[in-house]
Amino acid sequence: MLAFIASTVFCFVMWLLLTFNGNFWQTDELVAGIVMACIAGFASRKILVKDFKLANPKRWLFILAYLPRFFYEMAKANFDVAYRVLTGRINPGIVKISPGLKSDVAITTLANSITLTPGTLSVDVDEEKNLYIHWINVKEEVLKKMPRDYKPICSNFPDWARRIGE
Amino acid sequence: MIWEIIYILLGIGVAFNVLASIGLLRFPDVYTRLHAGTKCTTFGSIFICLAAMIYGLWKWHVGDKQMIAITIHTFFALIAILLTNPTGAHAIARAAHRSGIKPVKAVVDDLEGKNV
Repeated sequence: MLAFIASTVFCFVMWLLLTFNGNFWQTDELVAGIVMACIAGFASRKILVKDFKLANPKRWLFILAYLPRFFYEMAKANFDVAYRVLTGRINPGIVKISPGLKSDVAITTLANSITLTPGTLSVDVDEEKNLYIHWINVKEEVLKKMPRDYKPICSNFPDWARRIGE
Repeated sequence: MIWEIIYILLGIGVAFNVLASIGLLRFPDVYTRLHAGTKCTTFGSIFICLAAMIYGLWKWHVGDKQMIAITIHTFFALIAILLTNPTGAHAIARAAHRSGIKPVKAVVDDLEGKNV
């Protein structure tokens, strides 16, 4: 029931934002929105709301704090890839890291962040939530020890993902 | 002044998208091509969406009230790009590795032989 209410409110807010045209909404728009939001909220309640971890406002503050750092890394990544596109200097390989995360939200955040940042692309994830990452410019020092150090690959993103999703 | 800002943002966005297409032609295999195809297109699209959002906000500010819809819709399109682009790249890379495509010139492959 709580999941149904949460997803319905989410759908209704999305409806309001997408139908906003500068003036206040007409009554028929609002009524149609409520009906549609109830249908969509009922259909998607098990997909949108798995648990109520993200209802904690602390996690939203962490997401807001994470965004500037993430966009900085992303801008750096783009200049790096642009350099490699123009010069063709690549040294690729697939490395395995064990970030030690458990929840799906955290591992999804981490995998998407890794794909969008410097020269790294998440390829696969196994049952123990180890990530396999295609790295376009493998550094020598990472190859020496076997539980790979994730600092050179994705800086401190696993810590942020842990704060947001665990 | 506003037009200059919009043109500069559009220029940066198009430049990164051009780099992405050059990368698609130059890189040797599917994984490195995905690097160009995900990062550069996402970054370029951010700037193109920013230009559209600034245009909508400006028109809204000078009195054309319904142009705010452009800003809101572009913002949601941007969030959708940021979420779906890495997910799609992840799916393509995983499918490629499962169907046996080896990374070209790889110095290390921890995933080799794990999922055949």
